[in-house]
Amino acid sequence: MTEPDILDQAAAWRADGKGVALATVVVTWGSSPRPVGSQLAVDDAGAFVGSVSGGCIEGAVVREALDCIGDGKPRLLDFGISNEQAWDVGLACGGKVQVFVERVE
Amino acid sequence: MKAAILSTLRETRAAKVPVALATHLASGAARLVWPDRTEGELELDDGAVAAALQALRDDRGRTIETADGPVFVNVYNPPRRLVVVGAVHIAQPLVPMAAIGGYQVVVIDPRHGFATDARFPQVTLDTDWPDEAMERVKPDVRTAVVTLTHDPKLDDPALAVALRSPAFYIGALGSRRTHAARVERLKALGFGDNEIGRIHAPVGLDIGAVSPAEIAVSIMAQITQTLHAEPAA
Repeated sequence: MTEPDILDQAAAWRADGKGVALATVVVTWGSSPRPVGSQLAVDDAGAFVGSVSGGCIEGAVVREALDCIGDGKPRLLDFGISNEQAWDVGLACGGKVQVFVERVE
Repeated sequence: MKAAILSTLRETRAAKVPVALATHLASGAARLVWPDRTEGELELDDGAVAAALQALRDDRGRTIETADGPVFVNVYNPPRRLVVVGAVHIAQPLVPMAAIGGYQVVVIDPRHGFATDARFPQVTLDTDWPDEAMERVKPDVRTAVVTLTHDPKLDDPALAVALRSPAFYIGALGSRRTHAARVERLKALGFGDNEIGRIHAPVGLDIGAVSPAEIAVSIMAQITQTLHAEPAA
């Protein structure tokens, strides 16, 4: 079983009339489980495909993605050990990642 | 991301054409960048386009600084592939090296005694005649082709298909003398000097390789060098 392609899924959700956001890893420092360019697509109900980490920040990214679907503003999110929020969401690997979130228009 | 960008991106990817997507992180404005053209609302200067194309060649996304702020370049390359013609001794170390390096590998050899699963575990083997097998593979700009059989009946038809394809690398095993004879045969088939000049022969970087494994290293090194080289102006 293979996961659906992220861009194809984003397009399919749009075709169904759903709001969709794309999250993309744009910078990594240290030990990050997913490389730069990794993507996650989110629909307006919070369903998602793909990954931007080993699972530790997906929840926070999905929440931001839902806000992004609502207001249409792109976002640049920082997760890392120097960031209070990172402790909350638990980036246990000790790495840092920056994730860009944008709405699919 | 604009729907038009997403649509073109998916079409380009389906056509197995490499493309970079540059996105302005503050605004979300984007531009698709191909080696020969660009498309989208984001303005990019020549330096930014060159940086995007370098990211594409490196197969690694990156953030670039522009006068208008940071722009993220994501790369969408078709999978790298290696076609090995000749299930010979050199192919045995070459195949796993290429697989580790991220290549999808196909080994073509119509000689059933050579192309066996025992000699080549976990790789796609094709025992059709090389020209037919190569037509099926359809080498693209992310495909390398290496002929290793030493037998013109097998190597030449594969090289003919490779030379008519946009394969980024074509290499042929054989000494200078062997290659000189090969050049004459390919000319007789109607290929010109520029086309034949695409063939790396003798194959591999000159690192004094002797054993099959060392020759495989020299071939992988040359493929890697060619993959990352800036295109000739």
